Amino acid sequence: MQTLKLVAVSAGLSSPSSTRLLADRLLQAARYRLAEQEYAVDVQVVELRDLAVDIAKNFVTGFPSAALQEAIDTVTGADGVIAVTPVFTASYSGLFKSFFDLIDPAALTGVPVLVGATGGTARHSLVLDHALRPLFAYLRALVAPTAVYAASEDWGSGGDAYTDGLPSRINRAGSEFADMVAARPSRNADEDEIVPFERQLADLRLD
Amino acid sequence: MQFGIFTVGDVTTDPTTGRTPTEHERIKNTVAIALKAEEVGLDVFATGEHHNPPFVPSSPTTLLGHIAARTENLILSTSTTLITTNDPVKIAEDYATLQHLADGRVDLMMGRGNTGPVYPWFGQDIRQGIPLAIEHYALLHKLWREDVVDWEGKFRSALQGFTSTPRPLDGVPPFVWHGSIRSPEIAEQAAYYGDGFFANHIFWPKHHTEKMVRLYRQRYAHYGHGTPEQAIVGLGGQVFMRKNSQDAVRDFRPYFDNAPVYGHGPTLEEFSRETPLTVGSPQEVIERTLSFRDYVGDYQRQLFLVDHAGLPLKTVLEQLDILGEEVVPVLRKEFASLRPAGVPATAPLHPAVLASKEV
Repeated sequence: MQTLKLVAVSAGLSSPSSTRLLADRLLQAARYRLAEQEYAVDVQVVELRDLAVDIAKNFVTGFPSAALQEAIDTVTGADGVIAVTPVFTASYSGLFKSFFDLIDPAALTGVPVLVGATGGTARHSLVLDHALRPLFAYLRALVAPTAVYAASEDWGSGGDAYTDGLPSRINRAGSEFADMVAARPSRNADEDEIVPFERQLADLRLD
Repeated sequence: MQFGIFTVGDVTTDPTTGRTPTEHERIKNTVAIALKAEEVGLDVFATGEHHNPPFVPSSPTTLLGHIAARTENLILSTSTTLITTNDPVKIAEDYATLQHLADGRVDLMMGRGNTGPVYPWFGQDIRQGIPLAIEHYALLHKLWREDVVDWEGKFRSALQGFTSTPRPLDGVPPFVWHGSIRSPEIAEQAAYYGDGFFANHIFWPKHHTEKMVRLYRQRYAHYGHGTPEQAIVGLGGQVFMRKNSQDAVRDFRPYFDNAPVYGHGPTLEEFSRETPLTVGSPQEVIERTLSFRDYVGDYQRQLFLVDHAGLPLKTVLEQLDILGEEVVPVLRKEFASLRPAGVPATAPLHPAVLASKEV
Protein backbone atom coordinates (compact mmCIF):
# COMPACT_ATOMS: atom_id res chain seq x y z
CA MET A 1 0.00 0.00 0.00
CA GLN A 2 1.41 3.36 -0.96
CA THR A 3 2.22 5.95 1.68
CA LEU A 4 0.39 9.23 1.31
CA LYS A 5 2.20 12.37 2.35
CA LEU A 6 0.13 14.99 4.13
CA VAL A 7 1.74 18.29 5.00
CA ALA A 8 0.28 21.01 7.20
CA VAL A 9 1.54 24.57 6.87
CA SER A 10 0.96 26.62 10.00
CA ALA A 11 1.50 30.37 10.05
CA GLY A 12 0.83 30.71 13.78
CA LEU A 13 3.32 32.92 15.57
CA SER A 14 2.91 32.20 19.28
CA SER A 15 3.83 29.03 21.06
CA PRO A 16 1.61 27.28 21.78
CA SER A 17 -0.47 28.58 18.92
CA SER A 18 -4.14 28.00 18.21
CA THR A 19 -3.30 28.04 14.48
CA ARG A 20 -0.93 25.12 14.99
CA LEU A 21 -3.53 23.44 17.16
CA LEU A 22 -6.11 23.70 14.37
CA ALA A 23 -3.56 22.43 11.83
CA ASP A 24 -2.80 19.42 14.03
CA ARG A 25 -6.49 18.66 14.53
CA LEU A 26 -7.20 18.84 10.79
CA LEU A 27 -4.20 16.64 10.07
CA GLN A 28 -5.38 14.14 12.65
CA ALA A 29 -8.90 14.04 11.21
CA ALA A 30 -7.59 13.44 7.69
CA ARG A 31 -5.16 10.84 8.86
CA TYR A 32 -7.86 8.99 10.79
CA ARG A 33 -10.09 8.88 7.74
CA LEU A 34 -7.27 7.57 5.52
CA ALA A 35 -6.26 5.01 8.13
CA GLU A 36 -9.82 3.69 8.10
CA GLN A 37 -9.31 3.01 4.41
CA GLU A 38 -5.99 1.32 5.26
CA TYR A 39 -3.73 3.91 3.73
CA ALA A 40 -0.32 4.42 5.24
CA VAL A 41 0.01 8.11 5.98
CA ASP A 42 3.10 10.19 6.56
CA VAL A 43 2.41 13.58 8.14
CA GLN A 44 4.62 16.62 8.49
CA VAL A 45 4.06 20.12 9.79
CA VAL A 46 5.86 23.14 8.38
CA GLU A 47 5.98 25.95 10.95
CA LEU A 48 6.44 29.20 9.07
CA ARG A 49 7.55 31.04 12.21
CA ASP A 50 10.83 29.11 12.11
CA LEU A 51 11.32 30.19 8.50
CA ALA A 52 10.25 33.84 8.84
CA VAL A 53 13.75 35.29 8.47
CA ASP A 54 14.68 32.91 5.65
CA ILE A 55 11.49 33.86 3.81
CA ALA A 56 12.36 37.56 4.08
CA LYS A 57 15.89 36.86 2.86
CA ASN A 58 14.55 34.94 -0.12
CA PHE A 59 12.71 38.08 -1.19
CA VAL A 60 15.94 40.05 -1.02
CA THR A 61 18.30 37.56 -2.68
CA GLY A 62 15.96 35.68 -4.98
CA PHE A 63 16.87 32.23 -3.72
CA PRO A 64 15.85 30.16 -0.68
CA SER A 65 18.11 28.98 2.13
CA ALA A 66 18.58 25.23 2.44
CA ALA A 67 15.99 25.03 5.24
CA LEU A 68 13.44 27.02 3.27
CA GLN A 69 14.08 24.97 0.14
CA GLU A 70 13.43 21.83 2.15
CA ALA A 71 10.14 23.27 3.42
CA ILE A 72 9.09 24.28 -0.09
CA ASP A 73 9.97 20.82 -1.41
CA THR A 74 8.02 19.22 1.44
CA VAL A 75 4.91 21.22 0.58
CA THR A 76 5.14 20.87 -3.19
CA GLY A 77 5.88 17.14 -2.88
CA ALA A 78 2.84 16.45 -0.69
CA ASP A 79 -0.20 14.43 -1.75
CA GLY A 80 -2.35 16.90 0.18
CA VAL A 81 -1.70 20.20 1.91
CA ILE A 82 -3.44 21.66 4.94
CA ALA A 83 -2.88 25.42 5.10
CA VAL A 84 -3.79 27.31 8.26
CA THR A 85 -3.25 30.97 9.00
CA PRO A 86 -4.22 33.43 11.69
CA VAL A 87 -6.32 36.35 10.48
CA PHE A 88 -4.31 39.57 10.45
CA THR A 89 -5.86 42.84 9.30
CA ALA A 90 -8.76 41.30 7.45
CA SER A 91 -6.83 38.59 5.63
CA TYR A 92 -4.24 35.82 5.87
CA SER A 93 -1.05 36.87 7.60
CA GLY A 94 1.78 38.42 5.59
CA LEU A 95 4.05 35.55 6.53
CA PHE A 96 1.54 33.01 5.22
CA LYS A 97 1.19 34.85 1.90
CA SER A 98 4.94 35.39 1.63
CA PHE A 99 5.58 31.66 1.91
CA PHE A 100 3.13 30.86 -0.85
CA ASP A 101 4.60 33.71 -2.93
CA LEU A 102 7.82 31.71 -3.01
CA ILE A 103 6.19 28.56 -4.35
CA ASP A 104 6.23 28.02 -8.08
CA PRO A 105 2.71 28.92 -9.30
CA ALA A 106 2.41 25.53 -11.04
CA ALA A 107 3.75 23.40 -8.18
CA LEU A 108 0.41 22.83 -6.46
CA THR A 109 -1.69 22.33 -9.58
CA GLY A 110 -4.34 19.71 -8.85
CA VAL A 111 -3.17 19.12 -5.29
CA PRO A 112 -5.94 18.77 -2.68
CA VAL A 113 -5.76 21.59 -0.15
CA LEU A 114 -7.68 22.03 3.07
CA VAL A 115 -7.78 25.61 4.32
CA GLY A 116 -8.25 26.80 7.85
CA ALA A 117 -7.96 30.05 9.76
CA THR A 118 -8.02 31.24 13.33
CA GLY A 119 -8.99 34.57 14.84
CA GLY A 120 -10.16 36.33 17.95
CA THR A 121 -13.79 36.52 16.87
CA ALA A 122 -16.01 34.60 14.50
CA ARG A 123 -16.67 37.81 12.55
CA HIS A 124 -13.60 37.17 10.37
CA SER A 125 -14.67 33.72 9.25
CA LEU A 126 -15.32 34.74 5.64
CA VAL A 127 -11.56 35.14 5.25
CA LEU A 128 -11.69 31.48 4.26
CA ASP A 129 -13.83 32.21 1.24
CA HIS A 130 -12.69 35.73 0.39
CA ALA A 131 -8.94 35.32 0.79
CA LEU A 132 -7.79 31.71 1.13
CA ARG A 133 -9.91 30.10 -1.57
CA PRO A 134 -8.95 32.66 -4.26
CA LEU A 135 -5.26 32.24 -3.36
CA PHE A 136 -5.42 28.49 -3.90
CA ALA A 137 -7.68 28.87 -6.91
CA TYR A 138 -4.89 30.92 -8.48
CA LEU A 139 -2.47 28.10 -7.70
CA ARG A 140 -4.96 25.68 -9.34
CA ALA A 141 -5.14 23.58 -6.20
CA LEU A 142 -8.29 21.60 -5.37
CA VAL A 143 -9.70 23.20 -2.24
CA ALA A 144 -11.89 20.98 -0.04
CA PRO A 145 -15.51 22.17 0.13
CA THR A 146 -15.45 22.53 3.91
CA ALA A 147 -12.93 24.95 5.34
CA VAL A 148 -12.58 25.50 9.06
CA TYR A 149 -12.49 28.74 10.95
CA ALA A 150 -11.76 28.57 14.68
CA ALA A 151 -12.49 31.65 16.73
CA SER A 152 -11.14 31.80 20.28
CA GLU A 153 -14.58 31.01 21.66
CA ASP A 154 -14.86 27.83 19.56
CA TRP A 155 -12.16 26.17 21.62
CA GLY A 156 -14.41 26.41 24.69
CA SER A 157 -17.89 25.75 23.36
CA GLY A 158 -19.89 23.10 21.58
CA GLY A 159 -22.31 23.57 18.73
CA ASP A 160 -25.80 24.92 19.08
CA ALA A 161 -29.08 24.46 17.31
CA TYR A 162 -27.83 26.39 14.28
CA THR A 163 -24.12 25.55 13.98
CA ASP A 164 -21.91 22.50 14.33
CA GLY A 165 -19.24 22.71 16.95
CA LEU A 166 -15.57 22.88 16.04
CA PRO A 167 -14.86 19.13 16.35
CA SER A 168 -17.56 18.13 13.90
CA ARG A 169 -16.47 20.83 11.42
CA ILE A 170 -12.91 19.57 11.72
CA ASN A 171 -14.03 16.01 11.12
CA ARG A 172 -16.15 16.88 8.13
CA ALA A 173 -13.33 18.96 6.57
CA GLY A 174 -10.70 16.31 7.34
CA SER A 175 -12.81 13.55 5.80
CA GLU A 176 -13.62 15.48 2.63
CA PHE A 177 -9.96 16.35 2.20
CA ALA A 178 -8.83 12.77 2.91
CA ASP A 179 -11.22 11.42 0.27
CA MET A 180 -9.85 13.88 -2.27
CA VAL A 181 -6.29 12.81 -1.46
CA ALA A 182 -7.17 9.12 -1.71
CA ALA A 183 -8.98 9.60 -5.01
CA ARG A 184 -6.04 11.32 -6.64
CA PRO A 185 -3.28 9.31 -8.28
CA SER A 186 0.03 9.55 -6.50
CA ARG A 187 2.31 12.28 -7.73
CA ASN A 188 5.42 11.40 -9.63
CA ALA A 189 8.56 13.29 -8.88
CA ASP A 190 9.08 14.99 -12.23
CA GLU A 191 12.50 15.55 -13.67
CA ASP A 192 13.12 18.68 -15.70
CA GLU A 193 12.17 17.82 -19.21
CA ILE A 194 14.14 19.10 -22.15
CA VAL A 195 12.30 20.50 -25.11
CA PRO A 196 14.54 19.49 -28.01
CA PHE A 197 15.76 22.51 -29.90
CA GLU A 198 14.22 21.37 -33.18
CA ARG A 199 10.85 21.55 -31.48
CA GLN A 200 11.57 24.99 -30.03
CA LEU A 201 12.35 26.13 -33.57
CA ALA A 202 9.36 24.33 -35.04
CA ASP A 203 7.09 26.06 -32.53
CA LEU A 204 8.24 29.32 -34.10
CA ARG A 205 7.96 27.80 -37.56
CA LEU A 206 11.56 28.67 -38.37
CA ASP A 207 13.84 26.55 -40.47
CA MET B 1 41.89 29.25 -20.16
CA GLN B 2 40.81 32.85 -20.22
CA PHE B 3 40.33 35.13 -17.25
CA GLY B 4 38.68 38.47 -17.16
CA ILE B 5 36.15 40.76 -15.58
CA PHE B 6 32.53 41.56 -16.28
CA THR B 7 30.75 44.71 -15.28
CA VAL B 8 27.11 45.48 -14.67
CA GLY B 9 27.73 49.20 -15.10
CA ASP B 10 25.71 50.32 -12.09
CA VAL B 11 25.97 53.85 -10.73
CA THR B 12 25.81 53.18 -7.01
CA THR B 13 26.46 55.44 -4.03
CA ASP B 14 29.59 54.51 -2.10
CA PRO B 15 28.04 53.64 1.27
CA THR B 16 31.21 54.55 3.15
CA THR B 17 31.38 58.12 1.82
CA GLY B 18 27.85 58.79 0.60
CA ARG B 19 29.30 59.88 -2.74
CA THR B 20 27.56 58.93 -5.99
CA PRO B 21 29.63 59.08 -9.17
CA THR B 22 28.15 60.93 -12.13
CA GLU B 23 27.30 58.93 -15.23
CA HIS B 24 30.26 60.58 -16.92
CA GLU B 25 32.60 59.42 -14.15
CA ARG B 26 31.17 55.93 -14.21
CA ILE B 27 31.66 55.59 -17.96
CA LYS B 28 35.22 56.94 -17.79
CA ASN B 29 35.97 54.71 -14.80
CA THR B 30 34.70 51.70 -16.74
CA VAL B 31 37.21 52.48 -19.47
CA ALA B 32 39.98 52.86 -16.86
CA ILE B 33 39.00 49.48 -15.41
CA ALA B 34 39.13 47.82 -18.83
CA LEU B 35 42.55 49.33 -19.60
CA LYS B 36 43.80 48.16 -16.22
CA ALA B 37 42.51 44.65 -16.98
CA GLU B 38 44.75 44.53 -20.03
CA GLU B 39 47.67 46.08 -18.14
CA VAL B 40 47.59 43.40 -15.42
CA GLY B 41 47.40 40.61 -17.98
CA LEU B 42 43.75 39.64 -17.91
CA ASP B 43 42.24 38.33 -21.15
CA VAL B 44 38.66 39.54 -21.25
CA PHE B 45 36.57 42.61 -20.48
CA ALA B 46 32.79 42.19 -20.75
CA THR B 47 30.11 44.82 -20.26
CA GLY B 48 26.46 44.40 -19.42
CA GLU B 49 23.68 46.11 -21.33
CA HIS B 50 20.96 48.05 -19.57
CA HIS B 51 18.37 50.59 -20.59
CA ASN B 52 17.36 52.13 -17.31
CA PRO B 53 18.93 54.05 -14.40
CA PRO B 54 21.07 53.50 -12.38
CA PHE B 55 22.98 51.74 -15.17
CA VAL B 56 25.12 53.42 -17.85
CA PRO B 57 25.98 50.77 -20.47
CA SER B 58 23.11 51.19 -22.93
CA SER B 59 25.47 51.33 -25.89
CA PRO B 60 27.96 48.47 -25.51
CA THR B 61 29.63 48.65 -28.90
CA THR B 62 30.38 52.36 -28.46
CA LEU B 63 32.10 51.56 -25.17
CA LEU B 64 33.84 48.46 -26.50
CA GLY B 65 34.92 50.22 -29.70
CA HIS B 66 36.60 52.91 -27.64
CA ILE B 67 38.34 50.32 -25.45
CA ALA B 68 39.37 48.39 -28.56
CA ALA B 69 41.19 51.46 -29.83
CA ARG B 70 43.13 51.76 -26.60
CA THR B 71 44.10 48.12 -26.06
CA GLU B 72 46.13 45.51 -27.91
CA ASN B 73 45.22 42.10 -26.56
CA LEU B 74 42.07 42.38 -24.49
CA ILE B 75 39.09 40.40 -25.76
CA LEU B 76 35.96 42.56 -25.73
CA SER B 77 32.79 40.83 -24.77
CA THR B 78 29.32 41.39 -23.32
CA SER B 79 27.50 40.19 -20.24
CA THR B 80 24.96 40.17 -21.69
CA THR B 81 23.71 41.39 -25.06
CA LEU B 82 19.93 41.55 -24.97
CA ILE B 83 18.93 39.18 -27.74
CA THR B 84 15.25 39.64 -26.87
CA THR B 85 14.80 43.39 -27.21
CA ASN B 86 17.56 44.30 -29.66
CA ASP B 87 17.01 43.92 -33.36
CA PRO B 88 19.17 40.96 -34.39
CA VAL B 89 20.06 42.82 -37.60
CA LYS B 90 21.53 45.67 -35.59
CA ILE B 91 23.45 43.23 -33.37
CA ALA B 92 24.85 41.57 -36.51
CA GLU B 93 25.98 44.93 -37.90
CA ASP B 94 27.29 46.46 -34.68
CA TYR B 95 29.36 43.50 -33.55
CA ALA B 96 30.72 42.73 -37.01
CA THR B 97 31.90 46.35 -37.18
CA LEU B 98 33.44 46.03 -33.72
CA GLN B 99 35.14 42.83 -34.84
CA HIS B 100 36.83 44.69 -37.72
CA LEU B 101 37.88 47.61 -35.53
CA ALA B 102 39.25 45.28 -32.82
CA ASP B 103 40.95 42.97 -35.32
CA GLY B 104 38.89 40.00 -34.18
CA ARG B 105 39.17 40.49 -30.42
CA VAL B 106 35.41 40.19 -29.96
CA ASP B 107 32.94 37.67 -28.70
CA LEU B 108 29.56 38.16 -27.09
CA MET B 109 27.15 36.64 -24.66
CA MET B 110 23.44 36.47 -25.31
CA GLY B 111 20.99 37.08 -22.48
CA ARG B 112 17.30 37.78 -22.17
CA GLY B 113 17.35 40.60 -19.64
CA ASN B 114 15.18 40.57 -16.57
CA THR B 115 13.98 44.16 -16.36
CA GLY B 116 10.26 43.94 -17.13
CA PRO B 117 9.65 47.38 -18.66
CA VAL B 118 12.57 47.10 -21.10
CA TYR B 119 10.52 44.68 -23.18
CA PRO B 120 7.58 47.04 -23.80
CA TRP B 121 9.95 50.01 -24.16
CA PHE B 122 11.46 48.16 -27.10
CA GLY B 123 8.13 46.95 -28.40
CA GLN B 124 8.33 43.39 -27.06
CA ASP B 125 6.48 41.21 -24.56
CA ILE B 126 8.39 39.70 -21.63
CA ARG B 127 6.16 36.60 -21.69
CA GLN B 128 7.73 35.85 -25.07
CA GLY B 129 11.26 36.04 -23.60
CA ILE B 130 12.40 32.55 -24.55
CA PRO B 131 10.79 32.44 -28.03
CA LEU B 132 12.31 35.89 -28.72
CA ALA B 133 15.74 34.63 -27.69
CA ILE B 134 15.35 31.57 -29.91
CA GLU B 135 14.06 33.36 -32.97
CA HIS B 136 16.29 36.43 -32.81
CA TYR B 137 19.39 34.34 -32.37
CA ALA B 138 18.41 32.03 -35.21
CA LEU B 139 18.32 35.11 -37.44
CA LEU B 140 21.57 36.55 -36.08
CA HIS B 141 23.31 33.20 -36.63
CA LYS B 142 22.15 33.19 -40.25
CA LEU B 143 23.07 36.84 -40.89
CA TRP B 144 26.67 36.17 -39.93
CA ARG B 145 26.93 32.99 -42.00
CA GLU B 146 24.95 33.63 -45.16
CA ASP B 147 25.73 36.55 -47.44
CA VAL B 148 22.17 36.91 -48.68
CA VAL B 149 19.38 36.18 -46.25
CA ASP B 150 15.69 35.58 -46.84
CA TRP B 151 13.88 35.50 -43.56
CA GLU B 152 10.39 35.32 -42.10
CA GLY B 153 9.74 34.99 -38.39
CA LYS B 154 7.14 35.64 -35.79
CA PHE B 155 8.58 38.74 -34.16
CA ARG B 156 10.56 40.75 -36.67
CA SER B 157 9.57 42.09 -40.04
CA ALA B 158 10.60 39.83 -42.90
CA LEU B 159 13.86 40.23 -44.81
CA GLN B 160 14.18 39.39 -48.50
CA GLY B 161 17.59 39.45 -50.16
CA PHE B 162 19.18 41.14 -47.16
CA THR B 163 22.94 41.32 -46.65
CA SER B 164 24.23 42.35 -43.25
CA THR B 165 27.32 44.52 -43.61
CA PRO B 166 30.15 44.51 -42.86
CA ARG B 167 30.56 40.76 -43.22
CA PRO B 168 32.28 39.16 -40.19
CA LEU B 169 36.06 39.63 -40.17
CA ASP B 170 37.72 37.03 -42.43
CA GLY B 171 34.37 35.23 -42.64
CA VAL B 172 34.64 34.15 -39.00
CA PRO B 173 31.52 35.10 -37.03
CA PRO B 174 32.13 36.31 -33.47
CA PHE B 175 32.02 33.47 -30.97
CA VAL B 176 28.79 33.46 -28.98
CA TRP B 177 28.05 32.40 -25.41
CA HIS B 178 24.51 31.97 -24.15
CA GLY B 179 23.97 33.03 -20.58
CA SER B 180 21.24 31.77 -18.30
CA ILE B 181 20.79 31.06 -14.62
CA ARG B 182 18.09 28.44 -14.80
CA SER B 183 16.36 28.17 -18.16
CA PRO B 184 17.06 24.74 -19.67
CA GLU B 185 15.83 26.06 -23.04
CA ILE B 186 18.88 28.32 -23.21
CA ALA B 187 21.34 25.55 -22.30
CA GLU B 188 19.66 23.53 -25.05
CA GLN B 189 20.02 26.42 -27.51
CA ALA B 190 23.75 26.79 -26.76
CA ALA B 191 24.24 23.04 -27.17
CA TYR B 192 22.33 22.91 -30.45
CA TYR B 193 24.56 25.49 -32.11
CA GLY B 194 27.77 24.26 -30.47
CA ASP B 195 28.09 27.72 -28.93
CA GLY B 196 29.42 28.42 -25.45
CA PHE B 197 27.32 28.35 -22.31
CA PHE B 198 27.98 30.92 -19.63
CA ALA B 199 26.63 30.45 -16.13
CA ASN B 200 26.42 33.77 -14.36
CA HIS B 201 27.12 31.82 -11.19
CA ILE B 202 27.01 34.87 -8.91
CA PHE B 203 24.22 35.82 -6.53
CA TRP B 204 22.84 32.25 -6.70
CA PRO B 205 23.66 28.93 -5.06
CA LYS B 206 25.98 26.74 -7.09
CA HIS B 207 23.51 23.94 -7.72
CA HIS B 208 21.75 26.01 -10.41
CA THR B 209 25.06 26.32 -12.24
CA GLU B 210 25.88 22.67 -11.74
CA LYS B 211 22.54 21.52 -13.14
CA MET B 212 22.57 23.84 -16.15
CA VAL B 213 26.16 23.08 -17.11
CA ARG B 214 25.52 19.33 -16.86
CA LEU B 215 22.50 19.65 -19.12
CA TYR B 216 24.43 21.81 -21.61
CA ARG B 217 27.34 19.35 -21.75
CA GLN B 218 25.04 16.36 -22.35
CA ARG B 219 23.14 18.13 -25.09
CA TYR B 220 26.34 19.48 -26.70
CA ALA B 221 27.45 15.90 -27.15
CA HIS B 222 23.95 14.87 -28.26
CA TYR B 223 24.15 17.37 -31.13
CA GLY B 224 27.49 15.96 -32.20
CA HIS B 225 29.81 18.86 -31.45
CA GLY B 226 32.19 16.75 -29.35
CA THR B 227 32.26 14.99 -26.02
CA PRO B 228 30.48 16.52 -23.02
CA GLU B 229 33.90 17.42 -21.61
CA GLN B 230 34.74 19.41 -24.75
CA ALA B 231 31.75 21.73 -24.48
CA ILE B 232 32.65 25.40 -23.98
CA VAL B 233 31.76 26.64 -20.51
CA GLY B 234 32.24 30.02 -18.88
CA LEU B 235 31.57 31.00 -15.30
CA GLY B 236 31.08 34.19 -13.37
CA GLY B 237 32.50 34.82 -9.95
CA GLN B 238 32.53 37.63 -7.47
CA VAL B 239 35.53 38.43 -5.30
CA PHE B 240 36.96 41.02 -2.95
CA MET B 241 40.49 40.60 -1.66
CA ARG B 242 42.92 42.02 0.84
CA LYS B 243 46.18 40.48 1.93
CA ASN B 244 44.49 39.34 5.12
CA SER B 245 41.13 37.71 5.06
CA GLN B 246 39.86 39.76 8.03
CA ASP B 247 40.73 43.04 6.30
CA ALA B 248 38.86 41.95 3.19
CA VAL B 249 35.74 41.14 5.20
CA ARG B 250 35.96 44.40 7.15
CA ASP B 251 36.46 46.54 4.05
CA PHE B 252 33.84 44.85 1.89
CA ARG B 253 31.08 44.51 4.50
CA PRO B 254 29.61 48.03 4.13
CA TYR B 255 29.42 47.52 0.35
CA PHE B 256 27.87 44.10 0.79
CA ASP B 257 25.35 45.29 3.37
CA ASN B 258 24.12 48.07 1.09
CA ALA B 259 24.52 46.42 -2.31
CA PRO B 260 21.47 46.79 -4.56
CA VAL B 261 21.36 43.08 -5.33
CA TYR B 262 21.58 41.42 -1.94
CA GLY B 263 21.93 44.26 0.58
CA HIS B 264 19.75 44.40 3.69
CA GLY B 265 19.27 40.64 3.48
CA PRO B 266 21.56 37.82 4.50
CA THR B 267 24.89 38.42 6.17
CA LEU B 268 28.13 38.46 4.19
CA GLU B 269 29.06 35.17 5.83
CA GLU B 270 25.76 33.48 4.91
CA PHE B 271 25.90 34.75 1.36
CA SER B 272 29.52 33.64 0.96
CA ARG B 273 28.53 30.19 2.11
CA GLU B 274 25.52 29.89 -0.18
CA THR B 275 26.91 31.50 -3.35
CA PRO B 276 30.34 31.72 -5.01
CA LEU B 277 31.01 35.17 -3.49
CA THR B 278 34.52 35.06 -2.02
CA VAL B 279 35.74 37.79 0.28
CA GLY B 280 39.16 37.01 1.67
CA SER B 281 42.83 36.61 0.86
CA PRO B 282 44.14 35.93 -2.66
CA GLN B 283 44.82 32.36 -1.57
CA GLU B 284 41.19 31.89 -0.55
CA VAL B 285 40.05 33.21 -3.94
CA ILE B 286 42.41 30.80 -5.68
CA GLU B 287 41.10 27.84 -3.71
CA ARG B 288 37.45 28.76 -4.15
CA THR B 289 37.84 29.35 -7.88
CA LEU B 290 39.61 26.03 -8.37
CA SER B 291 36.73 24.35 -6.53
CA PHE B 292 34.31 25.49 -9.28
CA ARG B 293 35.92 22.83 -11.45
CA ASP B 294 34.61 20.15 -9.07
CA TYR B 295 31.04 20.74 -10.16
CA VAL B 296 31.28 22.14 -13.71
CA GLY B 297 34.31 20.25 -14.98
CA ASP B 298 37.21 21.79 -16.91
CA TYR B 299 36.03 25.09 -18.29
CA GLN B 300 37.30 27.76 -20.63
CA ARG B 301 36.52 31.17 -19.22
CA GLN B 302 36.33 32.69 -15.76
CA LEU B 303 35.02 36.24 -15.38
CA PHE B 304 35.00 38.11 -12.09
CA LEU B 305 32.69 40.90 -10.99
CA VAL B 306 34.83 43.44 -9.18
CA ASP B 307 33.36 46.89 -9.77
CA HIS B 308 29.83 46.98 -8.39
CA ALA B 309 28.00 48.09 -5.23
CA GLY B 310 29.61 51.53 -5.16
CA LEU B 311 33.24 50.42 -4.81
CA PRO B 312 35.44 53.41 -5.71
CA LEU B 313 37.71 53.24 -8.76
CA LYS B 314 40.86 53.14 -6.65
CA THR B 315 39.68 50.01 -4.83
CA VAL B 316 38.64 48.33 -8.08
CA LEU B 317 42.06 48.98 -9.61
CA GLU B 318 43.70 47.50 -6.50
CA GLN B 319 41.54 44.42 -6.92
CA LEU B 320 42.72 44.10 -10.52
CA ASP B 321 46.34 44.37 -9.42
CA ILE B 322 45.83 41.50 -6.98
CA LEU B 323 44.00 39.45 -9.59
CA GLY B 324 46.72 40.03 -12.18
CA GLU B 325 49.71 39.58 -9.90
CA GLU B 326 48.71 36.95 -7.37
CA VAL B 327 45.57 35.12 -8.42
CA VAL B 328 45.29 34.61 -12.16
CA PRO B 329 48.87 33.39 -12.76
CA VAL B 330 48.31 30.63 -10.20
CA LEU B 331 44.90 29.79 -11.58
CA ARG B 332 46.26 29.59 -15.13
CA LYS B 333 48.89 27.12 -14.05
CA GLU B 334 46.64 25.02 -11.84
CA PHE B 335 43.75 24.80 -14.31
CA ALA B 336 46.16 23.97 -17.14
CA SER B 337 47.78 21.17 -15.17
CA LEU B 338 44.39 19.66 -14.32
CA ARG B 339 42.95 19.90 -17.83
CA PRO B 340 42.99 16.57 -19.70
CA ALA B 341 44.30 16.44 -23.26
CA GLY B 342 41.51 16.93 -25.77
CA VAL B 343 39.62 19.46 -23.67
CA PRO B 344 40.01 22.88 -25.26
CA ALA B 345 41.70 25.55 -23.14
CA THR B 346 39.70 28.38 -24.68
CA ALA B 347 36.61 28.93 -26.76
CA PRO B 348 37.21 28.80 -30.54
CA LEU B 349 37.97 32.49 -31.07
CA HIS B 350 38.82 34.47 -34.15
CA PRO B 351 42.56 34.01 -34.77
CA ALA B 352 42.51 30.28 -34.04
CA VAL B 353 39.39 29.66 -36.11
CA LEU B 354 40.86 31.63 -38.99
CA ALA B 355 44.10 29.64 -38.79
CA SER B 356 42.20 26.34 -38.83
CA LYS B 357 40.24 27.51 -41.88
CA GLU B 358 43.44 28.33 -43.77
CA VAL B 359 45.06 24.96 -43.12
